[in-house]
Amino acid sequence: MRKMLVLAALMASVTGLSRAARAAGWNMPVGVTEVSRDVYGLHMVIFWICVIIGVIVFGIMFYSLFRYRRSKGAQAAHFHEHTTVEVFWTAIPLLILVAMAIPATATLKDMYDASEAELDVMVTGHQWRWHYHYMGEDITFFSNLDTPREQIDGTAEKGENYLLEVDQPLVLPVGRKVRLLMTSSDVIHSWWVPDLAVKKDAVPGFVNEAWTRIDEPGIYRGQCAELCGKDHAFMPVVVQAMEQEAFDTWLAERKQEAAAAASGVDREWKLEELVERGEKVYGSICASCHQADGQGTPPTFPALAGNQAMMDDLDWHIDVVVNGVSGSAMAAFSGTLNPVDLAAVITYERNAWGNETGDVVQPAEIQALIDP
Amino acid sequence: MSGGSYYVPASSKWPILAGLAVGLFMIGTGILLVFDTGLVLVPIGVVAIVAVMALWFRDVIKESRSGLYDDQMDRSFRWGMAWFIFSEVMFFLAFFGALFYVRVFALPWLDGEGAKGVSALLWPDFAASWPLMSPPDSNVAGPKEVVNPWQLPLVNTLFLVTSSITLTLSHEALKEGHRDTTRNCLILTLVLGVLFVCVQGFEYYEAYHHLGITLQAGIYGSTFFLLTGFHGAHVTIGAIILGVMLWRIQKGHFSEHNHFGFEAAAWYWHFVDVVWIGLFIFVYVF
Amino acid sequence: MAPNLPPKAPLEHSQSVAGSPAAHEEEHHYRSGPLRWLLTTNHKEIGTLYLIFSLSMFLIGGVMALVVRLELFQPGLQMVQPEFFNQMTTMHGLIMVFGAVMPAFVGLANWMVPLQIGAPDMALPRLNNFSFWLLPIAFTLLLATLLMPGGGPNFGWTFYAPLSTTYAPPSTTFFIFALHMAGISSILGAINIIATILNLRAPGMRLMDMTLFVWTWLITAFLLIAVMPVLAGVITMMLLDINFGTSFFNAAGGGDPVLFQHLFWFFGHPEVYIMILPAFGIVSVIVPTFARKRLFGYASMVYATASIAILSFLVWAHHMFAVGLPLVAELFFMYTTMLIAVPTGVKVFNWITTLFRGSITFETPMLFALAFIVLFTIGGFSGLMLAIAPADFQYHDTYFVVAHFHYVLVPGAVFSIMAAVYYWLPKWTGHYPDERIGRWHFWLSVIGVNLLFFPMHFAGLAGMPRRIPDYALQFADFNMASSIGGFLFGFSQLLFVWVIVKCVRGGAKAPAKAWEGASDLEWTLPSPAPLHTFETPPDLRGFKFH
Ligand code: HEA
Ligand code: HEA
Ligand code: HEC
Ligand code: CUA
Ligand SMILES: [Cu+2]
Repeated sequence: MRKMLVLAALMASVTGLSRAARAAGWNMPVGVTEVSRDVYGLHMVIFWICVIIGVIVFGIMFYSLFRYRRSKGAQAAHFHEHTTVEVFWTAIPLLILVAMAIPATATLKDMYDASEAELDVMVTGHQWRWHYHYMGEDITFFSNLDTPREQIDGTAEKGENYLLEVDQPLVLPVGRKVRLLMTSSDVIHSWWVPDLAVKKDAVPGFVNEAWTRIDEPGIYRGQCAELCGKDHAFMPVVVQAMEQEAFDTWLAERKQEAAAAASGVDREWKLEELVERGEKVYGSICASCHQADGQGTPPTFPALAGNQAMMDDLDWHIDVVVNGVSGSAMAAFSGTLNPVDLAAVITYERNAWGNETGDVVQPAEIQALIDP
Repeated sequence: MSGGSYYVPASSKWPILAGLAVGLFMIGTGILLVFDTGLVLVPIGVVAIVAVMALWFRDVIKESRSGLYDDQMDRSFRWGMAWFIFSEVMFFLAFFGALFYVRVFALPWLDGEGAKGVSALLWPDFAASWPLMSPPDSNVAGPKEVVNPWQLPLVNTLFLVTSSITLTLSHEALKEGHRDTTRNCLILTLVLGVLFVCVQGFEYYEAYHHLGITLQAGIYGSTFFLLTGFHGAHVTIGAIILGVMLWRIQKGHFSEHNHFGFEAAAWYWHFVDVVWIGLFIFVYVF
Repeated sequence: MAPNLPPKAPLEHSQSVAGSPAAHEEEHHYRSGPLRWLLTTNHKEIGTLYLIFSLSMFLIGGVMALVVRLELFQPGLQMVQPEFFNQMTTMHGLIMVFGAVMPAFVGLANWMVPLQIGAPDMALPRLNNFSFWLLPIAFTLLLATLLMPGGGPNFGWTFYAPLSTTYAPPSTTFFIFALHMAGISSILGAINIIATILNLRAPGMRLMDMTLFVWTWLITAFLLIAVMPVLAGVITMMLLDINFGTSFFNAAGGGDPVLFQHLFWFFGHPEVYIMILPAFGIVSVIVPTFARKRLFGYASMVYATASIAILSFLVWAHHMFAVGLPLVAELFFMYTTMLIAVPTGVKVFNWITTLFRGSITFETPMLFALAFIVLFTIGGFSGLMLAIAPADFQYHDTYFVVAHFHYVLVPGAVFSIMAAVYYWLPKWTGHYPDERIGRWHFWLSVIGVNLLFFPMHFAGLAGMPRRIPDYALQFADFNMASSIGGFLFGFSQLLFVWVIVKCVRGGAKAPAKAWEGASDLEWTLPSPAPLHTFETPPDLRGFKFH
């Protein structure tokens, strides 16, 4: 009876401890999907198995170290083999492992079953931002790190969600099975949100599938989990889960916005307008490689400020930005930026940081290039 | 097990010079590839490697001929060579593994088959086939035509297989003490080996100039040259070793019972031959 | 022409023992000069060279780790820029693995395998020296890449394509050549060790009479010869992708970036066992010595080692659970990986049973060996957790993994090397290492290493990815603790250097059998072991093995 009580007290304090650990952010989050709860369960089971084995093994070890000290006059015994015990301690771990493998297999199968999804989102990793494409909905956007440079450099107070905030989160409906199709435009990235227990590599040229069904509305944060170059630390993932109606409203708004943003292709744009818009695009997309001051970090990323080849050859400049440079980090932006943004950023580059070409590139020109 | 006469050589300058020579060659090649200068370093490196090896082996031959080596030493050499060949087997296995992976997994996936078939979303026009004539990205030009296995490659197969037989004959003759036969069969082996390399050189010329098989021609060209290229390099090295053996036979270095240098060369040659059979089947025929 | 080959040339020397008179003269000639160390063919001198090289690399790699820890002391970018941080992480991993741990074990093998099997030297002494000298050349080249335009390798020690090919700095080509040289060195070194063990055992010593250190090295050498060529193959493919436009790791031409990972890990997983099997061997000779009791379950230790080696070829994709493998592959690799716990468990249980009812003393080598058993096992437990594929989706590429592998590598492999150094220093120098400094070194290391790596488990579970120079605020406390532990552990290693230097220069004289409970063959030789030992093989019929 006493033993039972002690055991119960131990169990209680242990569960209490693990709950406290979780709350303080010491343990894996339980998460907000069925899969994430299964994974958390597996994690805790295997953890406790290890703890128990550890207690037994180290217990015997420290007992021996203490009890059989020579300084206490211990005399060495002479046994050095015992087939039965050896078979025993080969078989027992094997059984434990088999017991562990069964639920693990079930969870894994579940994680791999991406069939019958109600919404498909194509997730594309770029150095160093995520791009989302709601398939069949014609909505695409980049999701960039939104933490100001000053916070990173330590000249401003760091915010609550330091490094885990983006300009536009991935918005998903709750209670619906969403299939995530992962790919990449350059190197391997890995899309990870701990609360969803989804981590899947985005491999260039291939597509990986993952899926999730979120139970509770909320904002869930994660990060790129595969070393992808310089700014690997600075490409967070943020998922905003909302109720179906809110999601539908959001979808409709997004579509309108996209249309508005892309509009104006046909009209004549003024230099200042383009430069103003281009500066924003440049700051959020291009500056991570070519730097805000256009100096780049040669030889890896060429400087654009004072780049004579670029200023002399407008066609080449446009071609590089629209079609990229194959076999380099310079991606083709025709699929991810609209013609207005492309024209704006090119115009900006030709008129910023002392590049005084005065050239104006009209969105219509770019449009004509993209679909002739 | 040790018999009490195991020969431990005195200090030698060759090992460290060999290290420096290898370093020179590799750094030279690196400078050439990265900075596009310093071409001279590469041949200097090669010459240095060959020279140091020659001098090193000269010492070994001298020691062997002066009877410093016993049976146990002989076994050390045998183990050494055997495990070295095993390491070469693993080296080629990596390349064959890559070939199988691409053919069995990667290409079907890109074409929409199998576990990762969704990848075809990115390559709607791609159709997997082997030999891969049109790679997924249409900007990568595939080969125009592939090598017909039943022409030159078959000839080359015959060359190599025959050369293995002539080499065995040579070895048997050596064991029997028939010096002329030993030499003649070895010469024949060498001639076959050189012919093989020439034919392969011609095949490469054809591949580049008429068939459009280049290193850049997608994964087919990549694997083709990787496998045949490293194999060809091994045939060349093997032929050089056999050349040295020929020279040693002329100098009367080997006896009926003591000729491990020759046997090691033969092992190597047979290994290269076996690799070719694998190549012939998986690179050319299927 | 005569039908028969001419007879052998007349013998220049009589069938002499190791080091004929002429050879001796030559050696004496070099003995005093600086060339001695460059040209040596002696296994003890080469062993020493390896060990010194390894220690220098450990310090250099350690300093790089300290740069990493310094940057991670606080959130924000303080000390270094991300570009440089990535180079530090990468170089730290590469140098520790290929420059510190592997050469240390090869150095120990050079010194101790001939002594433990009663051989006059390594089987191929000149080749041995060649294997060594490739290493300084390789690592000088590797370190030089840091000074090249665009910087050195910055893609992690696992250098996944295409980050390491299309998107890599120009110096990558040199990185590949440096790795080629290190690889050739390992292969030739391993060939030498195998040939020595299989062929040079003293008469009367059967395979099952060998010490476990020799056994584990025999199996390690086999692993090395099997997988280093695969690494050579995959970096060659990288070289071609970078410089010659091939498409091995590029889907546009029909290749696959994931192919790189399969080839890399086919090498990489056995590689991590290459870094632990000799450690098992060391612990298996030290524990019986200080427990004054025969190793429990000698035969099952040998079989367990062999099983681990065989299994290690079948588990590589557990590093790739998140890369998008087909379900069957995931299951296969999960099961095989879990299985490795069984033979490893046998080892742990055998060590503990060896302690049970022994007569135990706690000299410094024993302290390190005991800490090894506990802390390695903790690392093994986290390894087992990582093996559970669904859970690995959460652990993968977080600091949980970093915690796992540092536990098996630092208080694992590195502690075993330290234990070995303390254990064999008397044999090498003739002096006992200073026990008092040794204890300080031990306790500071144990405390430091746990403060350094234990919090990483929590950081990882809480969601901190690895290979990042800056992190979100909730990971701040863990990282600060780790960094403090890192500095404590790092600076404690200066004590280690001090003990070694002190021991080489003098100290309490050690007898042939420096440790009371020691029983292996090397303890029958005088301390310090003379330059040439077992020139005539000892007759071991009747010798009491282990
Ligand atoms: C010395 C090196 C070493 C050793 C010995 C091990 C040992 C093991 N490792 Fe580790 N591992 C690494 C070095 C090592 N590892 C490195 C360097 C990496 C990261 C590479 C990188 O990405 O940079 C890594 C990564 C790594 C991963 C990939 C994680 C990821 O990236 O997501 C996995 C996954 O399965 C894994 C598993 C294991 C297992 C199951 C063992 C087993 O061998 C452990 C077995 C031991 C025990 C289990 C303890 C003792 C046993 C008992 C007491 C018996 C009873 C126990 C039970 C039944 C529970 N390791
Ligand atoms: C055997 C291998 C080994 C060893 C011994 C270590 C030792 C250490 N490692 Fe290691 N580590 C790896 C192998 C190893 N590591 C690998 C493979 C990786 C993965 C790399 C990758 O992601 O690609 C890694 C990654 C890694 C990271 C993650 C980096 C990241 O993801 O960005 C960190 C972070 O803290 C770290 C820290 C440390 C520390 C503090 C030590 C300490 O133990 C170091 C101790 C410090 C010293 C030994 C310094 C002593 C010197 C002095 C005190 C100064 C004396 C000065 C002179 C003589 C000039 N390591
Ligand atoms: C992931 C890194 C990255 C991003 C983001 C990026 N670039 Fe580049 N850019 C490069 C690299 C690398 C090159 C050099 C390509 C080469 O020639 O190999 C380059 C080249 C260029 C050049 C040609 C300059 C020259 O001298 O070669 C222009 C113009 C350019 N980029 C504009 C842009 C614009 C506009 C954007 C944003 C819309 C952008 N880049 C975003 C990496 C990037
Ligand atoms: Cu993208 Cu890391
Ligand atoms: Cu592994």
